Amino acid sequence: MVPEKLRYTKDHEWIRIEGDLGVVGITEHAQSELGDIVFVELPKVGAKLDQSASFGSVESVKAVSDIYSPVGGEVVEINTALSDAPEKVNEEPYGGGWIMKLRLSDPQQVEKLMTASEYDDYVGAES
Amino acid sequence: MAAASSLRATPLNSVHRALGAKMVDFGGWDMPVQYSGIIEEHNAVRSAVGIFDVSHMGEIEIRGPQAADLTDFVTTNAVRKLKLGQIHYSGLLYDHGGFVDDILVHKVADDHYFLCVNASNQEKDFEHIVAQNRFEAEVVFASDRYAQIAIQGPRAKDTVQKLTPVDLSAIKYYWFADGEACGIPARIAHTGYTGEDGFELYVAPEEAERVWKEIMEAGAEFGIKPAGLGARNTLRLEAKMALYGHEIDASISPLEADLGWIVKLDKGDFVGRDALVKQKEAGLKRRLAGFEMRARGIGRDGYEVHCEGAPAGWVTSGSPSPTLGKNIGLCYLPVEHAQPGKSIQVVIRNQPVDAVTVETPFYKRAK
Repeated sequence: MVPEKLRYTKDHEWIRIEGDLGVVGITEHAQSELGDIVFVELPKVGAKLDQSASFGSVESVKAVSDIYSPVGGEVVEINTALSDAPEKVNEEPYGGGWIMKLRLSDPQQVEKLMTASEYDDYVGAES
Repeated sequence: MAAASSLRATPLNSVHRALGAKMVDFGGWDMPVQYSGIIEEHNAVRSAVGIFDVSHMGEIEIRGPQAADLTDFVTTNAVRKLKLGQIHYSGLLYDHGGFVDDILVHKVADDHYFLCVNASNQEKDFEHIVAQNRFEAEVVFASDRYAQIAIQGPRAKDTVQKLTPVDLSAIKYYWFADGEACGIPARIAHTGYTGEDGFELYVAPEEAERVWKEIMEAGAEFGIKPAGLGARNTLRLEAKMALYGHEIDASISPLEADLGWIVKLDKGDFVGRDALVKQKEAGLKRRLAGFEMRARGIGRDGYEVHCEGAPAGWVTSGSPSPTLGKNIGLCYLPVEHAQPGKSIQVVIRNQPVDAVTVETPFYKRAK
């Protein structure tokens, strides 16, 4: 079971809403599919992202994968610790492996994302 | 979860699933790409010992009074120079000089050669050899008779020695012995695809599960880990060993692939020889080269390579190197750019990124 309070995308990102901010990362399923992560390409603070815009990439030993913003907004903080320790995304995908914080441009967009149980079903159906 | 019915499975498929391996479709085979993680498995092989299921590999036997004639005619290396119990790496070529496959040839007897071939090429190889058979020789498709398990790493010998009365110290690198392991007949070959010391065991498929478990138990004291195709790829890349479909295929000759050492033009006629002679006379246009990324990024298979700002070649394999801590790769380049020390750019997601050609192999074990 994936964390209850987060919302999820079909591209396997999660977002946790904290007031008008959203913390974004990739899911346990995504990190497990990628395997050992060796690099996380982070967005720039201040970048304005549309919903579903590619804002960076996660690269593992065997593959590179784009990551997409679950909602629109402005990047207010990035997890610079990942530059030296990209493996945190493998180890704590929902915790220390978070990737960026956004100021949401339209909180309504969150409602259209999958809930935990919907995402569980989605991953179950996909594999 | 069972394997999709369209995929072929090795006799060890259920062992991989019980170990929680991540399974992938590898050329039509349901194979483990990783168990605990590619880097951890890679490091286990470099520092201790790893065990790989390579039962998907194919086996073809060439037998009969003219077995040597046929084997020599369809391969690039000098079969006549092989001694009983010796193995060499070789190429099966088309008339135009491109690879049908890269193979290992084992001399079992004067009238018996044993070929280990790539999984996804095995039927094609068999048909190719049969089509060239104008000798008194029999070509036998033997893949169903063998499971193959590779034990690789500095403690591989210690691990396997616990399971066999055969003195492994007496088997030189690229030699083999037919003996017993785990109480059953086994072909014990001092070979591997990791750049590390190690052995490959050929055993009856119905015994594979028990043999795997006994190897795991024997290797426990040395820290043995099951290793999947992911680690196999990073290990072989560091050692600059070719992978069919990447460094070599029907459009690439052994000379271009920097495998001139397996081509013996003076041994007499063989399939592809004329084309290689012509290619040599005309001069090579492209050659395989190793590179290291200078800037952030990993040049991966199929990415374009630029020399002096213009498209000049392509990446055949690329990966982070767990042993070296660098991003490395192999690529085809015009010969004038294929020497070490040349600046190149690998086009990564539409961005040319700086890299430099380097000496290969990237990794060589201490003897």
